Amino acid sequence: MPLIDLANPSRFLTLAGRILPWLVAVTTLVLAVGLYQSVIAPDDYQQGATVKIMFIHVPNAWLSMFVWGVMSIAALGTLVWRHPLADVAAKTAAPIGAAFTFLALLTGSLWGRPMWGTYWEWDARLTSVLILFLMYLGLMALWRAVEDPSRAARAAAVLTLVGSVNIPIIKFSVDWWNTLHQPASVVRMGGSTLDRAFLIPLVVMAIGFTLLFLTLHIAAMRNEILRRRVRTLQMLQASKSVA
Amino acid sequence: MALGPYASFIVTSYVSVAAVVAALIVWVTMDYRRQKARLRGLEASGAVRRSGRSAAEVQ
Repeated sequence: MPLIDLANPSRFLTLAGRILPWLVAVTTLVLAVGLYQSVIAPDDYQQGATVKIMFIHVPNAWLSMFVWGVMSIAALGTLVWRHPLADVAAKTAAPIGAAFTFLALLTGSLWGRPMWGTYWEWDARLTSVLILFLMYLGLMALWRAVEDPSRAARAAAVLTLVGSVNIPIIKFSVDWWNTLHQPASVVRMGGSTLDRAFLIPLVVMAIGFTLLFLTLHIAAMRNEILRRRVRTLQMLQASKSVA
Repeated sequence: MALGPYASFIVTSYVSVAAVVAALIVWVTMDYRRQKARLRGLEASGAVRRSGRSAAEVQ
């Protein structure tokens, strides 16, 4: 099926109905393997068992930025290509991205207390992720505040693209400033500094969480298309009753 | 499996993630059922799409 065919909401609904059961199965399997590997992973020589928090903190932190990246591409789709599903994709990704960002902040805080002696520090990495979380909430509020979906989509697309400046700031904050947060140890020049005993479960969990996002996102997009059909039918019904 | 002196931090992290992920799954599932029910209700009351096809007909 050519990619352009997905621009048709009906075809997207058909495709979503076919692939969602498979995606649910694969996501469940990968997350189950990742969780098992996380449980049996050895303790770190310095952090002890608290290293297990890394297996859920890092995937959520990665997704907090990845989802904004997906929304930025969708924003381009809305503003440049006027793709009919672009604003559906952007709108439905925001609450999922907000949830992952909240979890990254929460698990980071719960990891920070035993390791750093504090739940929170106003350093560059933590603060820039908090700003990302607030931007997700702002976008969700914007979608609710503007009644006309096409106007809301354009305003949200501009805000998303402006907000995408924050993503490289988050990524490189640990290099540009002196932070309590550790520098990059997985995706970095010269390869990962993590031992395979930690790296493998972490990668499996990251793949599992990315699949989870994909599954939730496709399902939420399907719901949004149905919601717009409800709105159209209600408007048609109202216009008929007036006529 | 011994989680050491910081077991409560580890368990709270995993339980929080499980709770939020479960909430997302419930939200998506319930929303799907709600929209399908609304579409069926509208079609039952005589509302039809311009194409004439069923709006609630989703695989």
